[in-house]
Amino acid sequence: MSADEIKSKVYDIIVSKMGVNKDQIKPESKFADDLGADSLDTVELIMELENEFDIQIPDEEAEKIGTVQQAIDYIVKAK
Amino acid sequence: MSQERKRIVITGTGTLSPVGLSTEALWESLSQGKGGAAPITYFDATQFATRFACELKNFNATDHIDAKSAGRMDPFCQYAIAASDQALKDSGLDLSAIDPSRIGVVFGSGTGGMTTHDQQMRLYLDRGPRRISPFFIPMLIPDIAAGQISMRHKLMGPNYATASACATSLHAIIDAWMLIQMDMADYMVCGGSEAAITPMSVAGFNAARALSTANDIPEKASRPYDRDRDGFVMGEGAGALILETLESAQARGAKIYGEIAGVGASADAHHLTAPHPEGAGAVNAMQNAMKQAGITPDSIDYINTHGTATPLGDLAEIKAIKKVLGEHAYKTSISSTKSMTGHLLGAAGVVESIVCLKAMEQQLVPPTINIDNLDPEIDVDVTPNEAREKSLEYVLNNGFGFGGHNATLIFKKA
Repeated sequence: MSADEIKSKVYDIIVSKMGVNKDQIKPESKFADDLGADSLDTVELIMELENEFDIQIPDEEAEKIGTVQQAIDYIVKAK
Repeated sequence: MSQERKRIVITGTGTLSPVGLSTEALWESLSQGKGGAAPITYFDATQFATRFACELKNFNATDHIDAKSAGRMDPFCQYAIAASDQALKDSGLDLSAIDPSRIGVVFGSGTGGMTTHDQQMRLYLDRGPRRISPFFIPMLIPDIAAGQISMRHKLMGPNYATASACATSLHAIIDAWMLIQMDMADYMVCGGSEAAITPMSVAGFNAARALSTANDIPEKASRPYDRDRDGFVMGEGAGALILETLESAQARGAKIYGEIAGVGASADAHHLTAPHPEGAGAVNAMQNAMKQAGITPDSIDYINTHGTATPLGDLAEIKAIKKVLGEHAYKTSISSTKSMTGHLLGAAGVVESIVCLKAMEQQLVPPTINIDNLDPEIDVDVTPNEAREKSLEYVLNNGFGFGGHNATLIFKKA
């Protein structure tokens, strides 16, 4: 899967889970501050990423994922 | 009762029922004797002893709730939100003009988030504990409807759920009434919600031998007081009421549906699922409610019974009514509107309270439908098959739950 494909899928997941429009999402968007995620939203989002990309994101790594780009980078590295 | 007891009235109603998604639509169906049972569409019921139920028709959560929020609510909670939105709107209350700490919510459910439980359990079995949603618990717990209603409308008064199986929402109304009596709130949103037409729930009620299995005639299956009744028909939905004092309602010129004249509650202390054969607990609840209302048995013009169409339950309740009303039991009007709505479990009491309020407003007794052969042991007037015009001043509503919980409300015409 290419980085662009990963980015596109991540955006789709954010749209479906966070109830935001695609054009509101930028690579530097912070899940909590910019996309309105609370603690439960963040857990769910990480789970959905694990599910979609068939990867495991340990809790200590998940805590470091604060922005959309950080999520994409993690997945690119993990794949 | 002390002289200082407040007079508490209902100024708003909201209804999601299998025979209509508003109070008006519910009443339209009931006054015409229309029922809501049909084959189950929510899941493949081929293997089930019971393959029909009274599902909501055409309910779409996102018509009422934004998609993100709706996705984080079990259907029982979505129903609660839709019904309480209706009730608040109907009441005409201006929430921005009320101290939020003086308006509370008591909203119950018999079972809570059954759909969510079934889905998450499957995820766990298929894929293990790490796949369980962080929203699982806050979607499952039965009190979350009260919490969600408070968050949606910023209501910061007393807030919790009641749980007494099929008497749940009557206890919610009783508690809301008490909270206003005790000056812990000025306004209350109260009621109940149920969305339990799920595989586990239907299988469980089947195992308890509680459901009708008349699969060849679903629309005729909910038949309280009929000789051939064989259990209840599962329904679902929600009902909500807005309570406040008569004084407050009059001061703001609100529409008043009726007054809660008396409340009663008791336990059978007898059996897990079966009623006391003589309706001992029911007698107690009805007598307490009448005492509190300060009325004699001959004042009761109509009783909306618990009447679920179980062979034992229907007879026990009628015996209790005869004991409480004496000779007047043969003169008062009685009906079970579960013959049309099915049994809404935790939402049954409040939806039937709304039926009582509409009956008084319209001076019309809704029927018990599907009585083809009246049980010879039923010798009171259960309003078979057709609604009847009648002068209604006081009406009584019963609700009983597994565990032997009994609750009675008496309403007085506005």
